Amino acid sequence: MVSLRIIPCLDVKDGRVVKGVRFQGLRDAGDPVERAAEYERQGADELCLLDVSATPEGRANATETVAAVRAVLGIPLTVGGGVRTIDDAARLLDAGADKVAVNTAALARPELLTEIHDRLGAQCTILALDAARVAADEVRSTSPRWEVVVQSGTSRTGRDAIEWAAEAASRGAGEILATSWDRDGTGVGYDVELLAALAGAVDVPIIASGGAKTSAHMRTAIDAGSSAVLAASIFHDGETTVGAIKRELAEHGVPLRATTEGVNAR
Amino acid sequence: MSNELVMVRTGVANVASIEAAFRRLGLSVEATDDAARVADATAVVLPGVGAFGAGVERLQAGGLGDALAARIDANRPTLAVCLGLQLLGSASDEAPGATGLGVLPVDAKRLDGAPRLPHFGWNRVEPDADAALLAPGDAYFAHTFCFRGANADALRREGWRVATTVEGEPFVCAVERGGVLACQFHPELSGEYGRDLLARWLKNARLELAAEVA
Repeated sequence: MVSLRIIPCLDVKDGRVVKGVRFQGLRDAGDPVERAAEYERQGADELCLLDVSATPEGRANATETVAAVRAVLGIPLTVGGGVRTIDDAARLLDAGADKVAVNTAALARPELLTEIHDRLGAQCTILALDAARVAADEVRSTSPRWEVVVQSGTSRTGRDAIEWAAEAASRGAGEILATSWDRDGTGVGYDVELLAALAGAVDVPIIASGGAKTSAHMRTAIDAGSSAVLAASIFHDGETTVGAIKRELAEHGVPLRATTEGVNAR
Repeated sequence: MSNELVMVRTGVANVASIEAAFRRLGLSVEATDDAARVADATAVVLPGVGAFGAGVERLQAGGLGDALAARIDANRPTLAVCLGLQLLGSASDEAPGATGLGVLPVDAKRLDGAPRLPHFGWNRVEPDADAALLAPGDAYFAHTFCFRGANADALRREGWRVATTVEGEPFVCAVERGGVLACQFHPELSGEYGRDLLARWLKNARLELAAEVA
């Protein structure tokens, strides 16, 4: 049985790791290469690197960062941010990414997912989905709804997040990185209802993102059908380590891979 | 025989990660689509490529497939990764009608038992007790098609040692015979487990070279 994956996420801007709350108020969180090596040592199962640069110069730096991280990293690397074309995706793979996450560009032109899938394979094609809850007074039914947000959450698209995930999977996305805008950086836990709705709507794996502070939060994501849990702030701030989280999860019988630093839970 | 490690140039996917993994072990890998070099090199890597159909087409061009098949028949140091393993089989449901190298007498099928596909993540490798290179441990997978577990005995009859993994159903996650190692998982992305496996494969390749020189 496949293990639950713990994925530290590096938001990288101009060659440095940054982190904010609800995508805003970014502060420095270290050197990406040092962070990457440290997280692998702690037992991370995969690493995610999101380029949050706003400028072309920043984007060029990000490619260099990917290559520098790849040189030291012996676990899978997902890279996202600013991927607009199949050539952008191929360039990131050449630099050392194993998977490419696509967000805004796929909303504008969903065929991009199919192009990446057909040329690079489903295992390289990740949909990054940023979803915000639609306020209850805007929803006539009793069940919650989410809409897709872009541009660091400053722009709401009106597109239903669950429908978009289903379309993206049918167009070739091999995995969905689902970030709750409402929960990002808050430490109050994942939006479990969002994760459960996504897990019910698609057959591809879901990576839970946005709001994790504790291993208990991570267990709620697993129970909601997620295959992997992503977190940033708690690892960057040194609040906890991947190894400590894994030891806690193992005590609850969560299937994890054997690592030196973490635990042999099998 | 030229004393080098080369990688068959098949496409774009995953090549940087394999190069980086060997570099961390102190070796540079050169990509090539020259069949003569693939035939002569001490050790050859066949990386995963995007899709079975495209991979087969690429190997049939310029005699690359023949060079690889000859190496594998002779048990010479050859490493196939992910789709590289599936390309060694006869066919795949991923691309009906496309013909693989046929050095393994099996066809790739969808991993239908898996609760979610693609099968992404770390899973347990259980090798035959007499495997020389493959060790038990956790490795990283990223695939949808596989050689099903029911094929294991047919492979053993051809002299292969087999490792299996269970994800909803058992499947063949790796085979080895002499200097040949073919893995459905990605050793280059499998942390310490993968690094140790690559190191054993390289050590084995060097020993064979020393024996030939002697």
